[in-house]
Amino acid sequence: MLSAVLRWRPRGGQTGIAGEARIASLLLWALVAVLLLGLGLPLLFIFAKAVQDGDGGFVGLVNFAQVLQSPGLMRASSNSLQLGLTVTALVLPLAFAFAWALLRSRLWGRGLWRQIGLSPLLAPSLMPAISLVYLFGNQGLLKDWLHGGNIYGFWGVVLGELFYTFPHALLIIMTALSAADARLYEAGRVLGAGPLRQFLTITLPGVRYGLVSAGLVVFTLVLTDFGVPKVVGGDFNVLAVEAFKQVIGQQNFPRGAVVGLLLLLPAILSCLVERRMARRQQAALTARAQPFAPAPSWLRDACALLLLLAISLLLLALLGVGVAASFIKYWPYNLDFTLAHYQFDTVDGGGWSAYVNSLQLATATAVLGSLLVFVGACVCEKLPGMALGRSLLRFLAMLPMAVPGLVLGLGYVFFFNHPANPLHGWYGSLGLMVLCCIAHFYTTAHLTAATALKQLDGEFEAVAASLKVPFWVTWWRVSLPVCLPALVDVARFLFVSAMTTLSALIFIMTPEHSLAAVSIITMDDAGDTAAAAAMATLVVLSSAGLSLLLSLLERLLGRRNQRWRKPG
Amino acid sequence: MKKQMAACIGLVCTGLMAPLAQATTTLTVYSALEADQVKDYKEAFEKANPDIELRFVRESTGVITAKLLSEKNNPQADVVWGLAATSLMILDQQGMLQGYVPKGVEKLNREFVDKAHPPKWTGMDVWAATICFNTVEAAKKGLPKPESWADLTKPVYKGQIVMPHPASSGTGYLDVSAWLQMMGEKKGWDYMDKLHVNMAQYVHSGSKPCKMAAAGEYPIGISFEYRGAELKEKGAPIDLVYPKEGLGWDLEATAILKGSKNLAAAKKLADFSVSLPAMQLYEKNYAVVAMPGVAKQNPYIPTDYAKRLSKNNFAWAAKNREAILQEWSRRYESKAAPKN
Repeated sequence: MLSAVLRWRPRGGQTGIAGEARIASLLLWALVAVLLLGLGLPLLFIFAKAVQDGDGGFVGLVNFAQVLQSPGLMRASSNSLQLGLTVTALVLPLAFAFAWALLRSRLWGRGLWRQIGLSPLLAPSLMPAISLVYLFGNQGLLKDWLHGGNIYGFWGVVLGELFYTFPHALLIIMTALSAADARLYEAGRVLGAGPLRQFLTITLPGVRYGLVSAGLVVFTLVLTDFGVPKVVGGDFNVLAVEAFKQVIGQQNFPRGAVVGLLLLLPAILSCLVERRMARRQQAALTARAQPFAPAPSWLRDACALLLLLAISLLLLALLGVGVAASFIKYWPYNLDFTLAHYQFDTVDGGGWSAYVNSLQLATATAVLGSLLVFVGACVCEKLPGMALGRSLLRFLAMLPMAVPGLVLGLGYVFFFNHPANPLHGWYGSLGLMVLCCIAHFYTTAHLTAATALKQLDGEFEAVAASLKVPFWVTWWRVSLPVCLPALVDVARFLFVSAMTTLSALIFIMTPEHSLAAVSIITMDDAGDTAAAAAMATLVVLSSAGLSLLLSLLERLLGRRNQRWRKPG
Repeated sequence: MKKQMAACIGLVCTGLMAPLAQATTTLTVYSALEADQVKDYKEAFEKANPDIELRFVRESTGVITAKLLSEKNNPQADVVWGLAATSLMILDQQGMLQGYVPKGVEKLNREFVDKAHPPKWTGMDVWAATICFNTVEAAKKGLPKPESWADLTKPVYKGQIVMPHPASSGTGYLDVSAWLQMMGEKKGWDYMDKLHVNMAQYVHSGSKPCKMAAAGEYPIGISFEYRGAELKEKGAPIDLVYPKEGLGWDLEATAILKGSKNLAAAKKLADFSVSLPAMQLYEKNYAVVAMPGVAKQNPYIPTDYAKRLSKNNFAWAAKNREAILQEWSRRYESKAAPKN
């Protein structure tokens, strides 16, 4: 009935009070302005910088030519490519196996396995690298396993990146695997297909989109990460480290911009491929699909358990060894317990104040970011009219996915550190870093909030509008409570990401506001590996602690606010 | 929570009290001093000059030099305290340094002060190449103790040596510059070609090779004497080797940036940098300091240390720094295939 009435008012909001519409458009354009400032303009400045010389004069493509001619950079590019392909090829089967064992078995404690599988998200990419040094370095616990080989170099970086990218691949593949239609398997069984045939003809084709998309994400992550190669790369030079050396080490900004643009290529390519695939994917799961529930089979479950155990052990080892190492007095000659490495006074990197800064940054990012993302998602999903502005906002919200943190950070240096920029004074402040973090992680957060909002019938707004209730009251009374669990997720994601990220912030950090994740690199550069491990441990503990806290909060909220979801 | 409250109240109080205290100047100091030295130096200066607060930007020599050069048109630093004299000379060639005669500079050894009048920079101390040699790991691997630079090219040391990257580390650059000066350019590069074959890694900082050697990660680290002595003191199983051909070295020095908005305070830091109390601080870390008669004998550093320093033409090392680094990078960073 309600909907029948409302169909007569196709664009409810526009016919509402003129003031409300003005506020709505003001809100929309304010959001667009924030994202342009934090994302669009810095990116444009990278392009501008790439065609300038050191003093800002226009030089055309000279910088590109120089980069193409310098053999070091070209070798770094081919190294990066090789590394990206290898890691992608290795991490996909691993993450798939883990996801399969988790979702297609009847094992007990799946929540716990899932947490272990995602645990690398809590650590900066430096953590596995440091652990690798303690495990397989020349004084490593398991050095003999290498038979005289050496962890520093290609394979060391591959191992570290496997750990770092595993949870990202796992999340995507799990989503793909969980969307299985039981009717297909039933049909397959009836037609006489064995488990292998079912796997090859139903399971694999069903997740191919997820696999490709996971592959693209992993490839881009590997290409733009410099935490791992910096610590265990040895002589193995990659493009991301090269960008860091050009900009921080030699202050050669134009050349850094060119390298940044090179790194933008694979990310843009991935995005295009993904778009294409998404269009084809759409009808894979219809409304009539039945959720798949695995049949009992102890053989399959035993295999699954073995798989989960093996991979979990590896993940926990790479996390735990670094933590343990931070308490050892003087590896490998004095293995006594000590807390001395947590006194950061005599090492580089800013010590405890860096840690406090990181906490502040992560908290501010989580709080302000969730707020911005919620309002942004509401504007995108719930406000009527203003098609142009909304599609612009949507585009800006999806843009960060294609922009590696390293590139964004460079853009910030070029844009905000430009003497003519009126916001120049803001450069180096914690506020700018918060903006950078929010912009960097915007897409995932936006998608989470938007998905939650989409579950909500659009008619709420329409009814509210017809009752002359302004949209912000509807958002506050209806949308916000419904979205709260998703927003807690967003806040957790933003906090942990801001706590662990390196790539963007390392370029815009100043000594007054040094950050925990960045200080790990500084300490390792100075040879203080144990102190670096200690700082990494602090980051992991804080991320884990907050995640736990928010999980509890979520459970509490779930009981209170989400009763309406339950039938009856 | 209580602690935070206390801190908050403390902050508010200091905020309120600030107008009562002397107006403070904040001086931005760029430095390549070791992180564990900065704290003592900063405290000592601020104690002697309570109205000036130092804001340190510390990085390795190469990074600080590049930063200063890139900020040439818009200098952010007031003073440079503790940077290689070769780097300061490059800044001077670019006209970036402010001449000033610090009070008491006449007490310094004249070799340690810029020849210009007024001097653009004043020396603090000498730091020099030293090899850290891990005796425990060497015994396990049957490695003989090297005595000279030439020894390091022997095949037995293949993959056992680490040294600092000369572009990022001042210690790395002084090695390269000294080899080229001692052996002549052609032989110097030949030597580095051979050394490169044995090199396991080039690392970011001058301290790291010795720390790696001390931790047994690689048995031989080309580093400098302060870090070696400090780690040995802490009980690391290392011997310090002072190669017999001579030690590459450089001066840590102080200079005022032209255009500093806090010139008066900057001059006070320049005065402090050449004073006896400062020299006594440097002396704790280095065997040769700019003021004669201050240095004491360190048990881990040989008595004839000063004589072992190679002949160093600073002007040459400064003038050719960029060309040398480019050549170095061409030779050792762009090889067709990774070594291991």
